Amino acid sequence: MTDTNKTACFHCGLPVPEGDIYSVTIQGHKRSMCCPGCQAVADAIVDSGMEDYYTYRTEPAEQGRELVPEFLQQTLAYDLDTVQQSFVRHHDSEHGDLREADLILEGITCAACIWLNERHIAALKGVKSVAVNYSTHRARVEWDNDAIKLSDILEAISRIGYLAHPYDPGRQQQLLEDERKLQLRRLGLAGVLGMQVMMIAVALYLGNHFGIEEHFRTFFHWVSLGLTLPVLLYSAQPFFKSAVRDLKHKQAGMDVPVSLGISVAFIGSVWTTFTGHGEIYFDSVCMFVFFLLTGRYFEMVARKRSAENADELVHGVPAVTNRIESNEDEALITIAELRVGDRVRIKPGETFPADGVVIDGRSSIDESLLTGESLPVPVDVDSKVIGGAINIESPLIVKVEKTGQDTVLSGIMRLLERAQTEKPRITQLADKTAAWFVLGVLLLAASVMAYWWQAGVSVWLPVTVAVLVVTCPCALSLATPTAVTAATSRLTRYGLLTTRGHALETLAKATHFIFDKTGTLTKGKLELHETRLVSSLTEPECLRLAKALEAGSEHPVAQAIRNAIDEKVDPANSIHNTPGMGVTGQVGNRRMWIGTPLYIEQHAGQTLPNDVLNKMRADGHTVIALADSKTVFALFAMGDQLRDGSAELISQLQAAGRKIVLLSGDHTQAVARVAEQTGISDWQAELLPDDKLAAVHALQQQGAVVAMVGDGVNDAPVLAAAQVSIAMAGGTQLAAASADMLLLSSDMHAISEGRETAQRMLTIIRQNISWAISYNVLALPAAAAGLVAPWMAAIGMSASSLLVVGNALRLLRNKR
Amino acid sequence: MEILYLLVPLALLLVALIIVIFFWAVRSGQFDDLEGPAHRIIMDDDDIRKSDENKVDKD
Repeated sequence: MTDTNKTACFHCGLPVPEGDIYSVTIQGHKRSMCCPGCQAVADAIVDSGMEDYYTYRTEPAEQGRELVPEFLQQTLAYDLDTVQQSFVRHHDSEHGDLREADLILEGITCAACIWLNERHIAALKGVKSVAVNYSTHRARVEWDNDAIKLSDILEAISRIGYLAHPYDPGRQQQLLEDERKLQLRRLGLAGVLGMQVMMIAVALYLGNHFGIEEHFRTFFHWVSLGLTLPVLLYSAQPFFKSAVRDLKHKQAGMDVPVSLGISVAFIGSVWTTFTGHGEIYFDSVCMFVFFLLTGRYFEMVARKRSAENADELVHGVPAVTNRIESNEDEALITIAELRVGDRVRIKPGETFPADGVVIDGRSSIDESLLTGESLPVPVDVDSKVIGGAINIESPLIVKVEKTGQDTVLSGIMRLLERAQTEKPRITQLADKTAAWFVLGVLLLAASVMAYWWQAGVSVWLPVTVAVLVVTCPCALSLATPTAVTAATSRLTRYGLLTTRGHALETLAKATHFIFDKTGTLTKGKLELHETRLVSSLTEPECLRLAKALEAGSEHPVAQAIRNAIDEKVDPANSIHNTPGMGVTGQVGNRRMWIGTPLYIEQHAGQTLPNDVLNKMRADGHTVIALADSKTVFALFAMGDQLRDGSAELISQLQAAGRKIVLLSGDHTQAVARVAEQTGISDWQAELLPDDKLAAVHALQQQGAVVAMVGDGVNDAPVLAAAQVSIAMAGGTQLAAASADMLLLSSDMHAISEGRETAQRMLTIIRQNISWAISYNVLALPAAAAGLVAPWMAAIGMSASSLLVVGNALRLLRNKR
Repeated sequence: MEILYLLVPLALLLVALIIVIFFWAVRSGQFDDLEGPAHRIIMDDDDIRKSDENKVDKD
């Protein structure tokens, strides 16, 4: 048993490093863990007596995270009343200060996670109630604020390996939820009443056949009328409303003939009920409404689900910062309270809350999401910093110069808003077709009615109803939504989330694909690319030394070095960090330096071989060196590596005849290297957000359908302006919010899959529409000639719709 | 067959009741999570109770 457990972490299923360092005793067995994070999480689960989680779970958990001080600091911000305003509901009572909030739980993999979370949170002192929704991964927690703080709850959740953050259901989400409930009520009412009407209809049909007493027939008619009335007034309301809206805008949507068919059938039946002559079609009315509502309900649920998924990705860090007051105390305040002239302390890992100037400290900052620049920029006293950039190395004190509307970030936001309003629309295939079709049907029904008018109402009414029902663009109206829903759910499995309806259709038609570089085509973080040895030391020895020196630094270069070697290395002693330059420290009894060539020259007194250096730099890499006071050991070249599948995606798109453009804000050299690696010939570097936008507008003016793929704040306006856009899930909130699709997986292949699926979807939509129209064209003459009874028309219509749905479901199957 | 004049209105009453119950169920969130409860009922709480008792004993 222990043999098999050695290979994979018992908690998360990842491989266990050699030496079996981390383990936890669970249910009497010693289980190996892959990392201290998993170990801590498993310990916490066992300690709280919830080992059963491991018995019941069906999927391994996500890898445990070690709790970092910054994370805890962030959650503290959620305790501020000003921050809580947006998402906490107060229930004041004699039991104290009761509060309730919705949390999004990340890391839920199976039902046992729900159980674990509910038990764990409920066991906390001060928590009054907790309920986790398995479908949406939302938890509703009620707590007594005098006994426990929200940050304690969030921290407790992260101890067992999940990540929770408050979530503001927002007006839109709430509206969607109310809408869903209303739709469900409409659907249920139509279903229940429809069944009663059907039952009575069967009695009437049989009565036609075997004879029925007249007073019973009248009675049944009246009962059917009574049952259908609520369906018409309550359930069918959305059709009437949207038909009226369409007519007001002088458009002919699907709902016009639907409403007309329902009204004509209903009024005709009412007339029959009152006069006692003719047939009633109450059953057709109810069933028709029920089926249409069913389709729309599922469409709406799918839309809601994708909105929720998107919501999960774009959660913001609480907007708070540490302000240094006039008495030198620090206070946690919200960004809104920040004023020009305030001094704020920004710790490593924190985001600058506003534009400002450094007044104390040296560090380097990451502006990649704002500018596309892949390497951190060193900053010193008097350096300007942009709100939204991230401080990397050491604490800085910044004097705020611009807040709110005046910041660079707000400027980009305004650009984004303008781009959104100017976005060119692609008219949707199905809508256009359907509008003409609907108009034709209405004219036809009118002429059929006129033709049979002389024969009396008992003839023209059923014929006209049959024409309206048989030509009901039901199949036509299902043709697009079913295919889109199937394609969307297929792509969600591949990690490509569609958040706007038109995205897939437009993606299939895109002629130009525009990519951003940093964080999109590349991973957006440095990795060790090459090690040049200049002494007798081997590569692992050099890396071990480098890792020991870089142990404490958050700089991307240090992270790249640490990631390059798996072994655990004891940190060097008396480490001294020169931000933006390098690090020195005592390893064993030797003082060693690691840093930029300039740093090594100045501090270690070593000159580096220039030819090697230039060769390594020629590729656009960042080069650092490792040396002691006597000799240089190694040179490391770091670069922002391509994302998995980037090059393949580009070549697939090129093979499919699409134009590829690379637009980046980064330096020419770095962009050129990536362009060369991926085979992109058309690229531009050092672009500002406006430049990118202008480039896209220029393409669009030439008639291009532009698909944009990006991740940064500087990409957001372009994402909004492009006809269809894909944002990286790991990128900025702003980019994700302005894009039509989100790439959740780290593999770019999903985009290529997305384009292919979108094209197959278009084919299937065309097939469906052709089928729906040709069926109607065939059935119409028969209906107009009076050969089709309304019930036959209803069966034909349903069969046609089923065929269309079946065809759309083919999208879910794997290719060919 | 005159009994139909009694039975049909009775059926209508029943339908009205069903609809009232359905509306109540929708409003009270019975349809919000269709997957969770199915799993939740299988999970035993034995272990929790044991550890709770232990805590009480220690106190």
